[in-house]
Amino acid sequence: MANDADLTGHDAAPEMCADPSSAAAAPQPPKHSARRALTKITRGTYLKEAALKNLFLLCAFVAVAGVALIFIFVGIKGWPIFGKVGIFDFLGGATWFPTKGHFGILPLIINSLLAMTGALVLGGPLAVGTAVFLSEVASPRARALVRPAVELLAGIPSVVYGFFGLVLLRPIIADLFGGLGFGLLTVWLILAVMIVPTIATLTEDALNSVPEGIREASYSMGATKWQTIWRVLLPAAKIGIIDAIILGMGRAIGETMAVVMVAGNASVIPADVLKPFLTLTTVIVMDMPYASGDHRTALFGVAIILFVISMIFVAAIRVISRFGKRVG
Amino acid sequence: MSERLASLLQDQASVGSGRDKFEVKKLDFFYDKFNALTDITVGIAEHAVTAFIGPSGCGKSTFLRCLNRMNDLIPGTRVEGQILLDGQEIHGPGVDPVDLRRRVGMIFQQPNPFPMSIYDNVAYGPRLHGMRKKSELDGIVEESLKRANLWKEVKDILGRGGLTLSGGQQQRLCIARVLAVEPDVLLMDEPCSAIDPTSVQKVEDLMAELKDRITIVIVTHNMQQAARVSDFTAFFLQEMAGEPAHLIEFERTAALFTSPKDKRTEDYITGRFG
Ligand SMILES: Nc1ncnc2c1ncn2[C@@H]1O[C@H](COP(=O)(O)OP(=O)(O)OP(=O)(O)O)[C@@H](O)[C@H]1O
Ligand SMILES: [Mg+2]
Repeated sequence: MANDADLTGHDAAPEMCADPSSAAAAPQPPKHSARRALTKITRGTYLKEAALKNLFLLCAFVAVAGVALIFIFVGIKGWPIFGKVGIFDFLGGATWFPTKGHFGILPLIINSLLAMTGALVLGGPLAVGTAVFLSEVASPRARALVRPAVELLAGIPSVVYGFFGLVLLRPIIADLFGGLGFGLLTVWLILAVMIVPTIATLTEDALNSVPEGIREASYSMGATKWQTIWRVLLPAAKIGIIDAIILGMGRAIGETMAVVMVAGNASVIPADVLKPFLTLTTVIVMDMPYASGDHRTALFGVAIILFVISMIFVAAIRVISRFGKRVG
Repeated sequence: MSERLASLLQDQASVGSGRDKFEVKKLDFFYDKFNALTDITVGIAEHAVTAFIGPSGCGKSTFLRCLNRMNDLIPGTRVEGQILLDGQEIHGPGVDPVDLRRRVGMIFQQPNPFPMSIYDNVAYGPRLHGMRKKSELDGIVEESLKRANLWKEVKDILGRGGLTLSGGQQQRLCIARVLAVEPDVLLMDEPCSAIDPTSVQKVEDLMAELKDRITIVIVTHNMQQAARVSDFTAFFLQEMAGEPAHLIEFERTAALFTSPKDKRTEDYITGRFG
C-alpha cells in the first residue's frame, strides 16, 4: 500500500522534471537534444531503480516479518500463563518448581542478571582495553595479530565455548575453590570472553571515528598518550562505547548453550558463585524437551520476558544515540 | 600594493625582545627515506611574529611541527641537526616532548575543538597539569577566552558544546585552549585558511596583542597576511619534486617583500609561481 503510493509519486517525478528542463533548453538548440537523450536514460534507470528499491523493500520486509512472527508466536503460546499465574506472581514469584505448579521466575531473572553483570564487569574493561590497544597503542604488526584473533573469538560457536568451560575451566575452578566447578564464577569467565569481540569491535570503531585532529590537538597541548586516551578519546567515543556495552549485555543475557554447559542448572538463586544455577535462557533448553501443559506455557512466558529484555536494550541504544547526536 | 605595504612595514623599527627564542642549525628532516627539508638554519625572534611562506608541499608544516616535536608522533620520521629553545637542545637526552609541547603550543588549519563544552575545552590544559580549583579554572577560562577575542561571544554559553560554534569561533576557541596553558611559543599552521573574514580579522588582531608575551610562528599562503602580521618572513622552496626543500630567504618582512634578495623569492611573492 505504501509501496503503491511511492510508485505513483515517482511516476510523476520524471514528467515534472522534463517540463522545466526542456523549457530551459529551448534557447540553446544544441544542448536541447542532449537533454532529451538524458531524459530517456532516466526513464530506463527509473524502472531499474524502482525494481531494486522494491527488492530491498522486500528484504527489509522479511526481516521485520520474521521478528513480528516470532513475537506473535511466542506471545500466543506464552500469554495464557500471565492469566493463569498472574503477571506479578509470574515475574515476582520466588519459586520455580513447575512440576509442582510453582511458576515464579524471579530467581531465573536474578540469575540471568547476575550472570550478565559479572560477565560485563570482567569482560567490559577487557574489551574496551583491547579496543584502545588496537586503535591507539598497537604497532601495525601487533594490530595485524590481535585484530584477527578478536574477530575469531566472535566466530567460535558458543557450544565450543561451553565445551572449553566444561572440560578445562570447570575442573580448574573445582580444584582451586572446591565444589564441582559449576556456577557463576565459571559462567562469568566464559561469558566475559564471549562478549569481548562484540564490545571490542564496536568500541574500536567508535574510537577510530574520532577525528585525527582531536588527537593532535591533545598531544600538542602537552597531554601524554594516557591522558589523551582517558580525557579526550574515550569521552569523545562515549556514545559508541555505551552502545557497544549494551550490545554486549544483550549477548551475555541471551547466551544459552555455553551457559547451560557450565551453570549446573539448579532453579534457585545460588548461595555463592560456586553453586549451580538456572537462567532465563537455560531453563528453556533444559525443560522444553519434556515440559507440557502449564509448564510449557510458562517456558513461552519466559521467552516473552527475554524478548522484552532485548527490546529494552535496543530501545536504550536508540535513545542514547539520539541523545548523543543532540549533545553533539 | 607594495608602496602601502612598505610604509606599513617601515615603522617596525625594533622588534621583539632582540633575542632568538629558537635557534635552528643545519636541520635536515626525513620521512623515512624522503629527505623533506635540508640545511635549515634560522633564528626565530622572541616576542615577534615570524611567517613561513612558500608553495604547497615545500615543508612549511613539516618544519613547524619540528619545533614542538609533533613529528615524533609519525612513525619513521627522523631529524638531523639542532633545534635550540632558549639555548637548550629540544632533542637532548632527558627532554620530555610532552613538556616541550606545553611550552610550544600549536594551532592547526582545521579548527579541532574537543567534543566537550566550551568551558571544558579551555580548562583542558590547566586540568591536565593538575589544576582542580573551580575558582582558579574559572579565572583562567575567562582570561584565555578574552585573550582569544572570543569571550564576548561565548560568555553566556560556556556550557555549550565547542562543536556548536562557527568555524571561526571554533578556531578562536582552539587559540583560547592553547593560551590557557600559557605557552611561550605559538605555532600556527595556516590558522586562517578555513575561517570567515571577520574571524580572520580577530585572529590577526589577537596575534598583534599576544606578541608582547608570546613568540608566534605562522604558516600562511596569504602574502598580504604575512605582510600584515609578521615581523620576519622565511621563504621555503622545494625546487624539484622528490628533492628536499631549502630555506631560500629569511629577512625582516619589510625587506623581504619590498626588496627580495633572491630571484626565486621575488618570483614567488609576485605570484609568478607556486
Ligand atoms: N606524514 C608524511 N609522510 C611522508 N611524507 C610527508 C608526510 N607529510 C608530509 N610529507 C611530505 O613532505 C613534504 C612537505 O610537506 P608539508 O606538509 O610540510 O608541506 P607544506 O609546505 O606544509 O604544504 P602546504 O602548504 O600544502 O600545507 C611534501 O612533499 C609532503 O608530501
Ligand atoms: Mg602545510
